[in-house]
Amino acid sequence: MAEQNKQTVTFIIERQDGPDSKPYTQEFEIPYRPALNVVASLMEIQKNPVTKDGKKVAPVVWECNCLEKVCGACMMVINGRARQACCALIDELEQPIHLAPARTFPVIRDLLIDRSVMFESLKRIQGWVEIDGTWEVKDAPIQNPYTAQTAYEISHCMTCGCCLEACPNVGPQSDFIGPAPTVQAYLFNLHPLGKFDKEKRLNTLMEKGGITSCGNSQNCVQACPKNIKLTTYLAQVNRDVNKQALKNIFNK
Amino acid sequence: MAKAKYKIVVVGGGLSGLMATLKICEAGSDVDLFSYCPVKRSHSLCAQGGINACMDTKGEHDSIYEHFDDTVYGGDFLADQVAVKGMCEAAPKLIKMFDRMGVPFTRTAEGVLDLRNFGGQKNKRTCFAGSTTGQQLLYALDEQVRKWEVKGNVKKYEFWEFIKVIKNKEGVCRGIVAQSMNSMEIKAFRADTVIIATGGPGQVFGRCTASTICNGSAVSAVYQQGAHIGNPEFIQIHPTAIPGSDKNRLMSEACRGEGGRIWVYKDGKPWYFLEEMYPAYGNLVPRDVASRAIYDVCMNQHLGINGENRVYLDLSHIPADYLERKLGGILEMYSEFVGKDPRKVPMEIYPSVHYSMGGIWVDRLHHTNIPGLMASGECDYQYHGANRLGANSLLSAAYSGTISGPEAINWAATGDRGSEITDEELEAARQACVDQFESILKMDGPENVHRLHHELGDVMNKYVTIERVNQDLDYCLEELKKILKRWNDIGVTDRGHWANQEAMFVRQLRNMILYAMVVTKAARMRDESRGAHFKREFPTRNDERFMKTTIVDYNTETEEPMVSYIEFDHSLVKPRPRNYAVAKKE
Repeated sequence: MAEQNKQTVTFIIERQDGPDSKPYTQEFEIPYRPALNVVASLMEIQKNPVTKDGKKVAPVVWECNCLEKVCGACMMVINGRARQACCALIDELEQPIHLAPARTFPVIRDLLIDRSVMFESLKRIQGWVEIDGTWEVKDAPIQNPYTAQTAYEISHCMTCGCCLEACPNVGPQSDFIGPAPTVQAYLFNLHPLGKFDKEKRLNTLMEKGGITSCGNSQNCVQACPKNIKLTTYLAQVNRDVNKQALKNIFNK
Repeated sequence: MAKAKYKIVVVGGGLSGLMATLKICEAGSDVDLFSYCPVKRSHSLCAQGGINACMDTKGEHDSIYEHFDDTVYGGDFLADQVAVKGMCEAAPKLIKMFDRMGVPFTRTAEGVLDLRNFGGQKNKRTCFAGSTTGQQLLYALDEQVRKWEVKGNVKKYEFWEFIKVIKNKEGVCRGIVAQSMNSMEIKAFRADTVIIATGGPGQVFGRCTASTICNGSAVSAVYQQGAHIGNPEFIQIHPTAIPGSDKNRLMSEACRGEGGRIWVYKDGKPWYFLEEMYPAYGNLVPRDVASRAIYDVCMNQHLGINGENRVYLDLSHIPADYLERKLGGILEMYSEFVGKDPRKVPMEIYPSVHYSMGGIWVDRLHHTNIPGLMASGECDYQYHGANRLGANSLLSAAYSGTISGPEAINWAATGDRGSEITDEELEAARQACVDQFESILKMDGPENVHRLHHELGDVMNKYVTIERVNQDLDYCLEELKKILKRWNDIGVTDRGHWANQEAMFVRQLRNMILYAMVVTKAARMRDESRGAHFKREFPTRNDERFMKTTIVDYNTETEEPMVSYIEFDHSLVKPRPRNYAVAKKE
């Protein structure tokens, strides 16, 4: 954005004092520096929490940890798109930069949101391999390296919630648990030990909020910051669930 | 007979805290698990390159003894050798456990775990999941702990901050005080044993490779309550990080493990200085050695790229599809943050504060000197001596949890715990924390807490990293005392009782300043060079005076650190000089 003023960066931030408070916006201006990203900018605001029109305010509240796009904490809506704030480089953003919380989730304060629903969904789909214990048992099974590579791809999911925020079917109108947890079920069904519980997971995904709630709008795959082929795996899950449903009928 | 049920508090949900939690649940007891964040977002996930274990599947006749000896030698003979031996022996079993849990390790064509080279070791010994090994290991434990959460054995307190431990009148730790980071509610919790597993203190140095949550605040809090700190002066400077104003992003040692080369221009030609200085190990010298060489090339020889403090880390000679399979994630990260493709052009890197070998002093079972209080993971001082080998941190984190978890139950069952803590004692401890927090909310001086933190980081980075000088360290201590004083002049802009991150950070910063003094004072007192601690006036190792564990205690009157030394067990391998220019001799 060569035409933009390189001296300063302007933000319009949607703020909210508490879960039941009304949202409002404030404008901030910070000095520009090369390689600046949105989290670094919010840190700048912390050092001088004064709005563009000179009002001293409480610093903006948000969540971040790793700043390397692996922890998933700093997801927010930046210029209308859900993404990680740490790797949102200022040089690549249209100004003024609009920041807002991902409202698919309850807002705690400002940009800080409550994503516990995603972790609850991981419980529901039994997102773990049922091992006997952490003690020594025997050698772990050999795995097909190609399957392991697929598992590796899916296992990058950092539960950030971008795909839920982008999905038109996740929200108060539906019980859909969303792309991320659904695809995690597929991950555990791939593992040589995890697949022992495949039927359980598929039966769960047959229930309300499961795969039938997916409308195949394909927003998720574009929103995923880890480039997980979500729609491919959702389609796989859909096929597996249908097969399981037929099995259930014939085995009655 | 049903097993007795105990309540263990685990503070920190990284690799070590989660491993301990699993062990406690398997023993039939309950865990209250406290974390700044959903445990799945803990800093363990930033570990990239791998986890060391002697799997010996590459026809190199690797042995557990070799792993043990490399670790002790790499740590410049300051680690408790019996403890290290236990860790190296357990490593292959831990890998099999992680494999059963579903960690998507990178595999060979025949489907067994692949191994890669890493610094300070000649054999392929590092198991890895692409370049996101920490993330994958953490997720596996997160998933297993979720299973126990569903069963009701684990109660998670995510977005809760540990404030301090509660001791009974005999001085035994019987609980903690913690605060909800959203509702700001401060509560006291009873515990039969408390395990601190809160990771490293990177944020004491401001810019580092650590997550923003790695502030060492909990470690500092228990130090102020009487816990010994061991070897805090040993701060690992990772040679290859992408310098940044918000953080220095790690570029894994795996880059060099997979053939990456470090160089700068000298007389118009590439100079592969590590290969020239250390022919036996080349680019795979341990981190302290590589960092000092890069520092020397930039600061003393002025050969950094364009005169700046940068050198090249070059992968561009390696086939792109090989790189993609072995290092995919981090190359993508470099492209994303720097805007250049490391498959095509050399990366520009510089050393950065990365890891703390030192921490809370523990015995081999991970008890601190405060009865009932244990520590495990990066926050403890065990296993790495004066310098940690790459890919030994995921190992020590996981392994220490397998020790601290069962031992926490053992202590609860058989320890000399003294009197039961009364409701009045719990309430008194809680009220003291409430009073402290309320007084922070009233602070109205001219200082901004985040700017003060920035200054703390600048001072620490300048004087207490790669090269240390006594005069500078004295100056640094004086500066830290001034910063501690200025802490009183902080003004908070947010005086509310809802998700008040600023007020919590004010409390954390005080702990960070006090811990900075611990690191600096210990560095000042150790007049030798060993591992990550290099002192210009004393460039060699002095086993006679300093082959000892540093112990730092808090002086409650002066608030200053007191340094002493204790002996440790080095009975298994006789100390010998470290020299990575030649192959290691045993």
